Amino acid sequence: MSNEILEVKAISGHRGGTPGRGVSRAYDVCKLVDTTTCIGCKACEVACLEWNGYDFRETTFDNTYQTMPETAWNFWNLIKFNEYSTDDGVQWLMRKDQCMHCEEPGCLEACPADGAIVQYTNGIVDFNQDNCIGCQYCVTGCPFNIPKFNAETKKVYKCTLCSDRVGAGLEPACIKACPTGCLHFGSKDDMQIEAEKRVVQLKANTSWKNAGVYDPEGVGGTHVIYVLGDARDPEKYGGLPANPTVPIFVRLWKGPLKWLGGVGMVLGVLGVFMHRVRYGAKRVEGEEHRS
Amino acid sequence: MTNGWIDIKNTDMMLIMGGNPAECHPCGFKWVVEARKVRNAKLIVVDPRFQRTASQADLFCQIRSGTDIAFLGGLIYYAIQNNRYNKEYLTNWTNAAFIVKKGFKLPEDGLFSGFDPAAMKYDVSTWNYEEGGNVTGTAAAAIAAGDGPGAAAALAVSVAAKNGAPAAPSLPPDAAYDLSLEHPRSVFQLLKRQYSRYTPEMVSSITGIPANELTKAWDLFTSVRKDGDMKKAATIIYAVGWTQHSFGTQIIRTAAMAQLLMGNVGRAGGGVNALRGHSNIQGATDLAGVFDILPGYLKVPLPTDNDYTTYVTRITPKPSKPKEWDSYNYWSNTPKFAVSFFKAMYGDNAKKENDWGFQYLPKIDRNYSWVNQWNDMYNGKVKGLLTFGMNGVMIGPDSQKNIDALKKADWLVVGEIYPDETSAFWQSPGITDDEKRQIQTEVYRLPCAGFAEKDGTFVNSARWLQWKWVAVPPPGEARVDQEILARIFLKVRELYQKEGGKFPDAILAASWAYTNQNNPSLVEVAKEINGKALADIKDEKQTPSEWKAGQQLPGFGWLRDDGTTSCGNWLYCGSWPDSGSNSQRRNTDDPSGLGIYPTWGWSWPANRRVMYNRASCDLNGKPWDPSRRQIWWNEATGKWAGNDVPDFKADSPPKDHMGPFIMNPEGVGRLFVPLAALADGPFPEHYEPIESPVANQLHPQQSTSPVVKKFTTPLDKYGDPKDFPYICTTYRLTEQYHYWTKNNPVNMQLVPEPFVEIPEELATQLQIKGGDRVKVSSIRSSYYCKAMVTKRIRKMSIAGKETFQVGIPIHWGYKGLPDGRPEEQRTPANLLSPTVIDPNAYTPEFKGFLVKIEKV
Repeated sequence: MSNEILEVKAISGHRGGTPGRGVSRAYDVCKLVDTTTCIGCKACEVACLEWNGYDFRETTFDNTYQTMPETAWNFWNLIKFNEYSTDDGVQWLMRKDQCMHCEEPGCLEACPADGAIVQYTNGIVDFNQDNCIGCQYCVTGCPFNIPKFNAETKKVYKCTLCSDRVGAGLEPACIKACPTGCLHFGSKDDMQIEAEKRVVQLKANTSWKNAGVYDPEGVGGTHVIYVLGDARDPEKYGGLPANPTVPIFVRLWKGPLKWLGGVGMVLGVLGVFMHRVRYGAKRVEGEEHRS
Repeated sequence: MTNGWIDIKNTDMMLIMGGNPAECHPCGFKWVVEARKVRNAKLIVVDPRFQRTASQADLFCQIRSGTDIAFLGGLIYYAIQNNRYNKEYLTNWTNAAFIVKKGFKLPEDGLFSGFDPAAMKYDVSTWNYEEGGNVTGTAAAAIAAGDGPGAAAALAVSVAAKNGAPAAPSLPPDAAYDLSLEHPRSVFQLLKRQYSRYTPEMVSSITGIPANELTKAWDLFTSVRKDGDMKKAATIIYAVGWTQHSFGTQIIRTAAMAQLLMGNVGRAGGGVNALRGHSNIQGATDLAGVFDILPGYLKVPLPTDNDYTTYVTRITPKPSKPKEWDSYNYWSNTPKFAVSFFKAMYGDNAKKENDWGFQYLPKIDRNYSWVNQWNDMYNGKVKGLLTFGMNGVMIGPDSQKNIDALKKADWLVVGEIYPDETSAFWQSPGITDDEKRQIQTEVYRLPCAGFAEKDGTFVNSARWLQWKWVAVPPPGEARVDQEILARIFLKVRELYQKEGGKFPDAILAASWAYTNQNNPSLVEVAKEINGKALADIKDEKQTPSEWKAGQQLPGFGWLRDDGTTSCGNWLYCGSWPDSGSNSQRRNTDDPSGLGIYPTWGWSWPANRRVMYNRASCDLNGKPWDPSRRQIWWNEATGKWAGNDVPDFKADSPPKDHMGPFIMNPEGVGRLFVPLAALADGPFPEHYEPIESPVANQLHPQQSTSPVVKKFTTPLDKYGDPKDFPYICTTYRLTEQYHYWTKNNPVNMQLVPEPFVEIPEELATQLQIKGGDRVKVSSIRSSYYCKAMVTKRIRKMSIAGKETFQVGIPIHWGYKGLPDGRPEEQRTPANLLSPTVIDPNAYTPEFKGFLVKIEKV
C-alpha cells in the first residue's frame, strides 16, 4: 500500500540509497486520540472497514461491547473496552486501538523483505503487501500487537494511517467519522500541544487528576498519541503497554548480530553448492515424461 | 427540545437522565463534549446502568428504574432548602405566587383531592387557582386560620357527584396571588410541602442511590444557582428512559418544575430537552402522531362537540393571571389555526355555512392510542391494520399479544424495506405448523422506499425542519410512501363515490389538489402544510402588509379564521414562504456565536431556536447573562430585539409584565398544573411501576398510580416480585438502529448476538458466567440470549432489601441476519414487557418491569 505521493524516509531490507526519497515533502503527521472524550461508538471501526474495502467478518459474543478481542488482518481499528473498578464505583475505559506508527518502527526493523515496509518522512509506517514474504517477523517486532497475518494470502496487514487519503491531503477515515471530536489529526507538533493543553484542563477541571499524554519514548515516540485520563496505568486502557520497546532480539538481529545472517547466508549458499557437487542436479519426474 | 442540540454547547451544567445520548445520539453528543471542553461544563448522569454516557460523566448515580420522580422531587426540595433559586424569576415567570383553591389536598396518602375510586379518575375541580387578586401580606392570617392544604377534600367530590355532570371547571380570569410566596396555599408553599417528604434518606431508600451520593448530585446540579445568582445555566436532557413509564409525563413535569424553580427555562444552555429517537419523530408528533391531536397540537373533537363553535370554544383557553399582569395567551389564536387547517383539509368544501367542514372530522369516542388499538385488535374490534415505517410486533409492549392480535385480524398491510417481524408474525418463535394453518389473516407486504430514496423534510429534536433530497431511486418495484397512500386513498374514495357507505362526505370532501394525484410531490405537500392566502389579505402592522390570493404565507401571524387562509399545520407556517423553502437553507453563518445559525434550515415556531426566550431576561428586559444575549428589550425602538427570534409579543414593554410562557393562559411557567391538563395530579408524585419489587415507601396503601388501569385480556398478566425478583429495563445500542440494522452485516459484526446485562454479584448468586445461554422470563413470556456479566450494574439496597436490575438491548428478533440462527435465539425483547400505559401520553412501560433469569 505504499504511496508514491509520500516521501519515503526508510525502507525495509534494502541496501544502498532509499528509493523515493525526495519525492515529496510533508510535515510529520499525527493522530491524537483523546480517550476522555471517546464514547466507544465505533464509527471509526466502520469508517476504517468501509474506506479500506473490508466487509463482514464473523464475530461472536464475548461478554463485552468490544467488537473482537484484538485487531485482525481485515479489521485494523478496534475500540478496546475495559470495565475498571475504582474505590467509588466503576470506570468504563474506551481506547481506539490501531497501528501507532512508531518513529522507530519495530516491524520495519524486523522485516527482511525488500520494500515490504516503508516509513514515510511524514511518519506513516506502511506495509506493501506486494513485497511481503509472509515471514511475520514484523509481528514479532511490534510491541503493540498490530500486524496481522492472513493465512490465505500469506501476507501481513495493518492500519496505513490512510496513507492514500493523507497523500491526497485528506484526514484519515477514522478522523473524519468521529462524531465527538475525540480524534484529531495534524502535525505532530500541533497534536502534542493540543494534547498537553487538554491534559492541563483535565487535571484542573475534572476528576482525571492523573491525566497525561501517551507518546512512548521506547519506540522513539509515535505518530498516534493518546490523552489518557489516567496516565499512570496505560495497561488498563485495553492493554496499552506502559513502556513499549522494540524486542531486544529484533534490535540485535538487525543491528550488531546482522553479520550472523550474512554468515548464515554464505553457509547456506555453500551448502547448496556442496549438495550439487555431491549428489548432482535434482530430477523432476514430470520432465522425464515430457521428454 | 425547548432549546436545541447545538445550544447544549452554551451550558454550564448537564443532567442527563432517562436518556443515553452517547449511545443513542452519538452525533448530537458532540455538543455535550463541546460544553465540557470549552466551558468546563459539568455532566451528571443518572441511569439504571453505567452506560457509555456515564463513562463521560463527572458524577454518576445508579438509579432504580422508574424512581426518577423521587430523585427529582428531592432535587427540588434541596434547591428550595439551600436557596438555589432566583426569587425574581420564580415569582414573576412561574406560578409560584398563585394561590391554589381551598380544598386542594396533596397526595400525602397517595391521593390528591377528588379521587373517585370506582371510576379510577380524579374530579379536578379543586385543582385550580383561587380567584381574587393580590393577597400579599395575608399569609399570617391564613396560617392562623388553619388554612392549609390537606383540609376539606371530600367536599368537592361529593358536590360533583351529586350534581351529576357539572360544567367543566375553568380557570379564574383573576387569579389570587401572594408575591411574598408565604401564603400556605401559594403554589410555592405547596411545592415545598409536597417535596419536603422527599428527604435524602427516603429518596435513597426508593431509588437505591446512597444518600450521600444524592446530596452530592443535587448540590452539584443546583450549584449553578448558588444564592440565586442567575449568570449560569443548567440543562436537563432526557429521552424515552423517562417517557416509557406509567408516570412518564410526570417525570418530565418534575424536570420542568426543577428547571422553572432554578430559572433555567428560556435560556441559552438551559431548558428541558427531549432527545428524539428517530430522525423525524418530532415531525410525526407535530403532524398528529398521537390520536387525540390534530396537526399543530390542536385537539381532536370529542363526541360532545356538537358544532364548530362548541368545539373551538372548548379548545381555546382564556387568560388566567394576576389582574396586574399581562398574558399573551397565544392559544387564543386557536380559531385562526383551526379554520386554516380545515381549509387545508377540505378546500372549498370548508365554508362558514357548513362550520368549515367541522363535521367531516372524526371524533374520539374512546382511547385510540397504540396499545389500545392492539388491545382492540386482540379483542376483535379492529379488523385490519396498515403499517408503514414501523415494526408493530417488535415495538410491543407484550409482543405475543400483538402477534396474537394479528392472528385475529382480517388483513394486514406492511410497507417496509426489509421483511420484518410484523409481516412475518405467523412465523414467530414457538408457533406450530398446525397453528400456522389456522391463521386466516391476509398479509400484504409492500416494498417501500428507504429514507435516502425519498425527499421531504426531517424535523429533528431541535424542531428544525431540514429538507433532504433523493440520493438514489427506490429499487425494483419499491414505491415511496405517499404514492402507496395516495393510491389507496383514491381507490377508497372511488368506492365511496360508487357505493355511498355510512358517511362518504368526510372522504369525498377532502381536498386532493396535487398535480400528480397518484403520487403527490412532497414539495406540494410541504407548501400545503405551510399554508397560503386564499384571498388578498392585508395587515398594516406587518411588513410587507399584503399577500395576494395564492401566495405562500410567511408566518402564522397571518392566519385568519374567516376562511381567507389555509394552513396544514400552523407551527410550520413560515417554513415555505413565497420566497421559497426555508427548510432547504444551508447557510452556516452564526453571527452571535450562540449556535443559532438563523439561516440554516428553519425551526418552528417562527424560526426561533430557544423557546420562551423572554425568560432569558429579567423583569426589565435585560439578559440575565450579558455574555449569552439571546433577546433584549430595545427601549429606543419600543421592540424586543435579539440574536434569536423573540418568543414574545414584539412590542410588549417590560412594564406591562407580560409572562414569557405565552402558550399558557397564565403567561407564566407552571409549577402547579391546574385542572385536567394532567390526569394524575397537579404535582408529580412518586408511584411505583406496575410491576415493582417493593411497595411505595411514601404510601404503601397506594403503591402505583391510582389512575393507571391494567388491561384485562387473558394475556395481560402482571408479575409478582416473589416469582420475578429482578427489575428489567430495555434500551438501544449505538451499534444498532432499532430493528433495521440487524439486516446489515457490518452492524451485526459489531454486536453479533442478543444479550442481557447482569450485575456481577447477581451472576455469582445464579452461577452464571459471561457468555452462558440464559432465559429471561417475565410472567408473560421468555427471552433467550447470552449473559453479559458486568461491573457496570451494581447491587442496590431498596427499602433495605438487596435488589438487582438487569438490562436488555431490544434489537434482535426472528428476522434479519444471520440466517439459520436457532429459533430460541430469535425472541423479541418486548415479549417480556407489560401492557400498561401512561395516563397522559399513553406510552407503554418498557422500563422497570419484573423478570427472573435461568441458565439454559
